[in-house]
Amino acid sequence: MKILVFAEQREGNLKKSALEITSAGKMLATQLNAEVEVLLVGNNVASLASQLNGFGAVKILVGEDARLQTYSTTAYAKAIADVAKQRQANIVLLSASQMGKDLSPRVAVKLEAGLAADCTALKVENGDIVATRPIYAGKAMIDVKVTTATKVFSLRPNVFSALTQNGNATAVEKISLELSDADFSVKAISTSVASGRPDLTEANIVVSGGRGMKGPEHFTLIEQLADAFGGAVGASRAVVDAGWRAHDEQVGQTGKTVSPSLYVACGISGAVQHLAGMSSSKCIVAINKDKDAPIFQIADYGIVGDVFAVLPPLTQEIKKVTGL
Amino acid sequence: MKIVVCVNHVPDTETKVKVGADGKLLDPTGINWMLSPYDEFGIEEGLRLKEKNGGEVIAISLGGDANKETLRKSLAMGVDKAVLLKDASVRDSFAVGKALADVCKEISPDIILFGKMSIDYYDEQVPGIVAELLGMSSVSVVVKMEIADGKVICEREIEGGHEKVETELPCVISAQKGLNEPRYPSLKGIMAAKSKPIEEKVPVAIANRVEVLEMRKPADKGAGKILGSDEAAVNELVRLLHEEAKII
Repeated sequence: MKILVFAEQREGNLKKSALEITSAGKMLATQLNAEVEVLLVGNNVASLASQLNGFGAVKILVGEDARLQTYSTTAYAKAIADVAKQRQANIVLLSASQMGKDLSPRVAVKLEAGLAADCTALKVENGDIVATRPIYAGKAMIDVKVTTATKVFSLRPNVFSALTQNGNATAVEKISLELSDADFSVKAISTSVASGRPDLTEANIVVSGGRGMKGPEHFTLIEQLADAFGGAVGASRAVVDAGWRAHDEQVGQTGKTVSPSLYVACGISGAVQHLAGMSSSKCIVAINKDKDAPIFQIADYGIVGDVFAVLPPLTQEIKKVTGL
Repeated sequence: MKIVVCVNHVPDTETKVKVGADGKLLDPTGINWMLSPYDEFGIEEGLRLKEKNGGEVIAISLGGDANKETLRKSLAMGVDKAVLLKDASVRDSFAVGKALADVCKEISPDIILFGKMSIDYYDEQVPGIVAELLGMSSVSVVVKMEIADGKVICEREIEGGHEKVETELPCVISAQKGLNEPRYPSLKGIMAAKSKPIEEKVPVAIANRVEVLEMRKPADKGAGKILGSDEAAVNELVRLLHEEAKII
């Protein structure tokens, strides 16, 4: 039995999720008596293979093509499906990142495979893989089983922990990708990735502000705390709808779903739609004046107080610890 | 221009989710249903494309009779035709995609619009499945789009940034919030929608590829620690994050 892991890179940078899903693949492989192969696809990406060393794969497959310098939905999907067929993979794992969610439906259809998307847990029961995925914005969970011979799973970023890298070198094999120009019917012509703060969906720490911040100008307090943590900035829907922050930053049912190690909710009361987007965070801190705000019901630590009084000293204290 | 918009009928965002008696599906009692919020951006974009290029906008929804409510709302917003793929059985994303792709094949649209995702099953996979089944291009999570001479230029959200993407018609687009500002149905539109017919078709039954074993509520975390509100609380929080939660 073989598990193929698609290791995501963007602009030549390997995504942390690549290590998470390689580790999840290794966990499955141990229980299924299977082996894991990792697939790296792009242009000039061979050097990234060393970062995937020692996470339990038997091989790292590197498929390069100059035309893959920028992302192409159609070409990447074909490359992944072709390799899965050639290597006779029974299971394909991708990240449920923006790229993974764009690729996985196409890969699954090409492989005639069932697809469980955005999984937050995988386990083996009686030889079957049982995947857990949140539905209704995390208000319920379902356990699902993929019934086709080939199975595709996409795994939510930040949820699966990466194994500790061991010193074992993993074999690297260059493979050829059979891509024609027709496979590039969808092609990115430019990419702009904001520098500075980490992306919301990938950040380990997220600091979010809500209506309690009283105005867009006060979001500097949120930004300063986020920077002290080296984290990302989020916002509630009310704040985005009011035009204080861009929609990119909205956390919640009609915004982004985040699963950081730490989520700090500042001046956010905790509408169900907001809780839906962040309730899978590992540790939740809430700062709110209203002691009855629903956010306190899911917070691990709460400070009942005015954000304007709490945030500046908190930022100072965090800076002392993190040195940022 | 022939424009298809796929729309879904979902529990509203305030819904308190209860697990049904079979332990696999939602308990439908007391639930209000609505047009999935992202689909409104798909409808609006379809209407704007028609206003610019002429043609017709066809809304399609897969589900039971209740989905007619969502199709009526689409008609009220200005969609020309509505098709109900009548099948109330529970279908996985592939089966949904297959049913939609089959009917799109008959219609042969220039463009198929979706909301980024349906807010019930949350998987964002159906647009890509439809595109792949039809052998079409697709661009997901689109926040800006322009069509000129059959060429489609889109801006889509990616992790931590944006990507400008080029493809050609026909294609599948999934809309992200920000693409446009959906219009409210006009009174005239609402009145007209009442008398417009909704065509019904029965999709071919196919087997699900994903089977639900169990549905449950997420584990209750239990109440956390309230640290008060003074300066000591800030210091205590930092200590707890460092020593107990071990995050910093």
